[in-house]
Amino acid sequence: MKSLEELRKIREEAIKNVEMRNPDKDVRVVVGMATCGISAGARPVLSAFVEEVAKRNLNNVQVVQTGCIGMCTYEPIVEVYTPNKDKVTYIHVDSEKAKRIVAEHLVNGNVVTEYTIGSEI
Amino acid sequence: MKIFRSHVLICGGTGCTSNKSMEVKGRFEQKLKEVKLDKEVQIVVTGCFGLCEEGPIVIVYPEGSFYSRMNVDKVDEIVEEHLLKGRIVEKYLFKEKAKVEHAEEHKSLMEVQFYSKQKRVALRNCGLINPEDINEYIARDGYMALGKVLTEMTPEGVIKLMKESNLRGRGGAGFPVGLKWSFAAPNKADQKYIICNADEGDPGAFMDRSVLEGDPHAVLEAMAIAGYAIGATKGFIYVRAEYPIAVRRLHIAIDQARELGLLGKNIFNSGFDFDIETRLGAGAFVCGEETALMQSIQGNRGMAKIKPPFPANQGLWKKPTVINNVETLANIPQIILKGPEWFKSFGSEKSPGTKIFALGGKIINTGLVEVPMGITLREVIYDIGGGCPDGKKFKAVQTGGPSGGCLTANHLDTPIDYENLAAVGSMMGSGGMIVMDEDNCMVDIARFFLDFIVDESCGKCTPCRVGTKRMYNILERITQGKGTLEDLDELESLANSIKNSSLCGLGQTAPNPVLATLRYFRDEYIAHVVDKKCPAKHCKALITYEIDKDKCAGCTLCARKCPVSCISGTVKNPHEIDQEKCIKCGNCYSVCRFGAVQKN
Repeated sequence: MKSLEELRKIREEAIKNVEMRNPDKDVRVVVGMATCGISAGARPVLSAFVEEVAKRNLNNVQVVQTGCIGMCTYEPIVEVYTPNKDKVTYIHVDSEKAKRIVAEHLVNGNVVTEYTIGSEI
Repeated sequence: MKIFRSHVLICGGTGCTSNKSMEVKGRFEQKLKEVKLDKEVQIVVTGCFGLCEEGPIVIVYPEGSFYSRMNVDKVDEIVEEHLLKGRIVEKYLFKEKAKVEHAEEHKSLMEVQFYSKQKRVALRNCGLINPEDINEYIARDGYMALGKVLTEMTPEGVIKLMKESNLRGRGGAGFPVGLKWSFAAPNKADQKYIICNADEGDPGAFMDRSVLEGDPHAVLEAMAIAGYAIGATKGFIYVRAEYPIAVRRLHIAIDQARELGLLGKNIFNSGFDFDIETRLGAGAFVCGEETALMQSIQGNRGMAKIKPPFPANQGLWKKPTVINNVETLANIPQIILKGPEWFKSFGSEKSPGTKIFALGGKIINTGLVEVPMGITLREVIYDIGGGCPDGKKFKAVQTGGPSGGCLTANHLDTPIDYENLAAVGSMMGSGGMIVMDEDNCMVDIARFFLDFIVDESCGKCTPCRVGTKRMYNILERITQGKGTLEDLDELESLANSIKNSSLCGLGQTAPNPVLATLRYFRDEYIAHVVDKKCPAKHCKALITYEIDKDKCAGCTLCARKCPVSCISGTVKNPHEIDQEKCIKCGNCYSVCRFGAVQKN
């Protein structure tokens, strides 16, 4: 170890792995992972969210899975909870859509309206 | 680096490991492979979570779900339900046993009352990181303090900062760390040493073991910082061989730190060299005393020496040496990074910071807690510990192990710090906290601790070698109902002589458990010597078992279980115990289903 810089670099890489265990996060991304969600392709969606969030160091975002929400026809369903804001429900999400949701919604705060449940009904 | 979507943390501390947590880990690995989740879910073995009573403990992130009393059979369901389908398995979650509101709703770790009242500084990484992976420590700001010290601070600056923080030695005596360092720093020598005292010997104490098992790098980092401050280039960790997990993790940690150049030559390109070796102790209590410890490292028999010379002037191999306890060291990197003001923002004025206690004895939540100094005994025992189990009445709490004292229910509102505990006749000690209820005989407790001391006295000085044995004999006589009132005076006089004339801390504090119990529970001693009764019904020689003829149903169970066949009687007729033959084993008492056997 030759400098603080070198240590900081290791730290930044390492933090991505440990960050998940930090309980103080205000934004929650909930992926439906019941049988219906999984068969509709929720697994890669969940992984995409986890990877994108880590890549962009979004330390205030927690990606969790949940059971069946009851609208199996719209799976994979992803819900985003932000404090003091309405819950946003995305439907028919795939990994590409997931990346866009992270970039536009989680990073910049702009809901990707065309993927939300409201756009379909 | 591979990012996992979920982490399964499994406790690999000594408590949970002995409860087969590694079998649980094995099943998790196998099952995750079966359902093809092994690339998505990471299994992490951590140090102690603290709530050993509820072990083996497993925590699943990101939810922070706290599964307690895990076993191999529960694993499949958690993998299939929680990890595969996202449904937390409520029935296996930790259930609050202490009385709290909304006990049913607790789910995640930090919502559990056992943790919510704690303030974790020295234990901040225990149960959160994998102690065998230096990267996880670095992710939690590990080695940043060492980097800061070596690149931005002078040795004098480090000592000044430690003095300002007023961190006091957590091994028991409470000596200010900054002051200790400042004694060793100006001494000129070709070699100086830093020693980490990990010879934790108090019965029932496991604070240091847990820190070493859960966060070994924090101790290594702090030793290097101490080395820089006093000009030492070599460190020894004196750890007991009975802590195999701690020793193994220390060796892994030392190797990893060397590999990254965080130990070794020219650390952070500052010209500062520092390396650490471990020395295993054979488990002699006296080797926790610093002069005896150094003798042991040098390869001699562990026996105390006269001070002065103090270690700071002439320590290991007569070179200036600083000896700090594990928990003390674990605080240091945080103090360097966050500053003395932060450290002083919790705790009491004279004793800033936190203290780890190993809660044991008659308490619901047996385990490890770290609380701010100044918190009351009541908060620790009732709010965190959950009080005595089975609705029994609290009688006393023992702090400081064989060197400490007992406090009664009247002292429950005493704030915990060095001064306040000493003022009421006990001591902070290294952190063992043993709770006793109405079934504990205080005379027998005093006898137990003296028995320990008699075994552990190194024998060098007469007061300790002979005096403690004499005290033990008297206590044994009292518990056998053969004591007299004069014995109590004799005990007190012996205690004071031993206290005043012993060579080292072991002897000087050995009479404390006796003095404290004599002070607060004299009535129990008197009951033993005058009435020949043991109020707690514990001392065998002073109790009798009798069968209540009205309650006895004549089921013959007690007669069949009696190892000396001293119970007579026929089926469906009341039985009787032959007092002459009875060995008071208590078998009849515990097997009787009708409450007919009485203990008097």
